[in-house]
Amino acid sequence: MTIMTYSAAAKAALAEEMRRDPYVWAVGEDLGRGGVFGQYAGLVEEFGPDRISDAPISEAAIMGACVGAAMTGTRPVVEMRFSDFALCAVDELVNQAAKARFMFGGQSKVPLVVREPIGMWRSSAAQHSQSLESWYAHIPGLVVVCPSTPADNKALLKAAIRCDDPVVYMEHKNLWPMEGEVPDGEILLPFGKARQVQQGGDITMVSWSAQVHVCAEAAKSLAAEGIGVDLWDLRTLWPWDREAILTSAAKTGRAVIVHEAVQVGGFGAEIAATIAEHTGARVSRLGAPRAPIGYAPPVENAVRVTASQIVAHARTALNG
Amino acid sequence: MSSLRNTDIARLRAHHRLMWRIRKLEEAALRGLKAGVVLGAIHPSIGQEAVAAGAVGNLRRDDILLSTHRGHGHTLAKGADSEAMLRELFGRVGGTCGGKGGSMHIADFSVGMLGANGVVGANIVIAAGSAHAIKLRGEDRVVCCIFGDGAINRGPFLEGLNWAAVFKLPVLFVCEDNGFAATTRTSTMTAGGGPAVRAEAFGIPATLVDGNDVQAVDEAAARLIGEIRAGGGPRFLHAKTYRLTGHTGVDPAAYRPAAEVEAARMLEPILRCAEVLRSAGLSEAELEADRGAAEAEMDIAYEAAFAAPYPGPEEAFRDVQDAGSPEEVAF
Ligand SMILES: Cc1ncc(C[n+]2csc(CCOP(=O)(O)OP(=O)(O)O)c2C)c(N)n1
Repeated sequence: MTIMTYSAAAKAALAEEMRRDPYVWAVGEDLGRGGVFGQYAGLVEEFGPDRISDAPISEAAIMGACVGAAMTGTRPVVEMRFSDFALCAVDELVNQAAKARFMFGGQSKVPLVVREPIGMWRSSAAQHSQSLESWYAHIPGLVVVCPSTPADNKALLKAAIRCDDPVVYMEHKNLWPMEGEVPDGEILLPFGKARQVQQGGDITMVSWSAQVHVCAEAAKSLAAEGIGVDLWDLRTLWPWDREAILTSAAKTGRAVIVHEAVQVGGFGAEIAATIAEHTGARVSRLGAPRAPIGYAPPVENAVRVTASQIVAHARTALNG
Repeated sequence: MSSLRNTDIARLRAHHRLMWRIRKLEEAALRGLKAGVVLGAIHPSIGQEAVAAGAVGNLRRDDILLSTHRGHGHTLAKGADSEAMLRELFGRVGGTCGGKGGSMHIADFSVGMLGANGVVGANIVIAAGSAHAIKLRGEDRVVCCIFGDGAINRGPFLEGLNWAAVFKLPVLFVCEDNGFAATTRTSTMTAGGGPAVRAEAFGIPATLVDGNDVQAVDEAAARLIGEIRAGGGPRFLHAKTYRLTGHTGVDPAAYRPAAEVEAARMLEPILRCAEVLRSAGLSEAELEADRGAAEAEMDIAYEAAFAAPYPGPEEAFRDVQDAGSPEEVAF
């Protein structure tokens, strides 16, 4: 075990994979100076500017070029800086990367990882704060990963780099400095296996990314009231661990899905519907209001899903 | 023209054959469209065959080609099998993409053809990236990227050319300028001096060529591909041509005067190539043999493709993705 930050864990994962496979390379704006969050710091010194490559501010070209590069015998790690900016490259991701394998009848896979940092982070306002994971879960061909801990960020990024599918890899900006134990040695996590954060018999709670930690805080308060929360960190949205979640929901009979993203059309709706279809459990979800994210703290906080809201929501779910 | 050397004549004859094969393939496709055998939209390149033959003909088999929605000619020129192509257009088993792509997504990776594209201009950045991978891998292959004159108004044109120039990548950009973007005369919607001027603004040397003169396209492409393979970085070829058919197989192209089309018909590339060959001493019988052989090939390919079955519904769930494949969980 080594104590590492979420950011350093991802860097270690990338460095290990780049040492292992000479055709893994990363490209994005400012990577030569460590990337905008420092998550690439020091890598250019080891791997050189061809494999830790700078890029023009051309998100469509960064993503599109990586589609071509992935179909020509390399495994690019694509840095989009913010998931908000990745919207400038949606055609390249959705129409090209996600479709090439199918529409060309399996002649080629597109093994790339798109890193798209998500989430609210210090008054970053409407264009630097969004959580858009459900958009990509909607697209056949894509894998969607949302790690919540340093250990997962290492093991899931390694798995993403080795995956032959295009992987949308969404790190949460607020988690970069988070420290945690990371197992030593070569650890890869399979996609579609949720992590049980804590066991409890009264209510199933499902979340992912930074919101898992808010749920854990809420679960602590609920425990003080004698309410046992079965808390799950989904880790990956596509594929997602239906088996674990359905089993838990069937057991507790009540499930709540909590996410930072806007509730309307969020991935919580998909999980809630699946639970409702397959178990007798009562389901509900809690996400952000359908409003842009504001700059001033009171405005920003108004759309944040907080621990106290989760506690209140869980109480209602249990009593209703 | 009668001063053509024997090697030149043989090369030009090969272009003549290839252009006829492209023409006959597309005539077969149009016939299929009328008969309801071609199921989706097709974009014929009739009248533009010299660009495919002259430019793509200079690529090695292991070089890479990225094309557009109007890509049948490019694909055939890269070496794809005509029957497999017609099977693809008919949506049948044994199509280059197993019948899952159709005309607008035709691809044959076995000959380095990495796909037509249904999104105008999208192939430009993909081509740049393919060339980027070639450079990273230290190979001497080149990428050829063909797009229309309409595509130069999309962002990926700017982003892809800048990318190729910045990273000094081995890619030949070919603007196949047929004067139209669907029903719109491209000149009415394009500011400035056009494709070559834009390329040169990025420091990419650009060559303008008569895209209906297969010899001219061939010579220009040979020179540019040579420069690229020698490590010179990207090059740009602007080939002016004319689309003799409508935008799609069902477009009557009523937005342009008949006289303009008739005038263009007199300048179409197969006619012009045949004239040069004739003046170099080829007989009518030889020229006719090229046409006839192409027609026979495509007739046979048509019948074989027509006889092939459709893929089964299980193909809907195959080759989507490894993790979370719909073969395991579709909903
Ligand atoms: C991004 C995008 N916008 C619009 C279309 C619809 N469309 C298909 S072909 C075409 C015209 C393209 O013109 P050009 O690039 O000159 O190629 P050409 O058809 O002349 O070969 C249009 C507008 C599309 N396929 N993709």
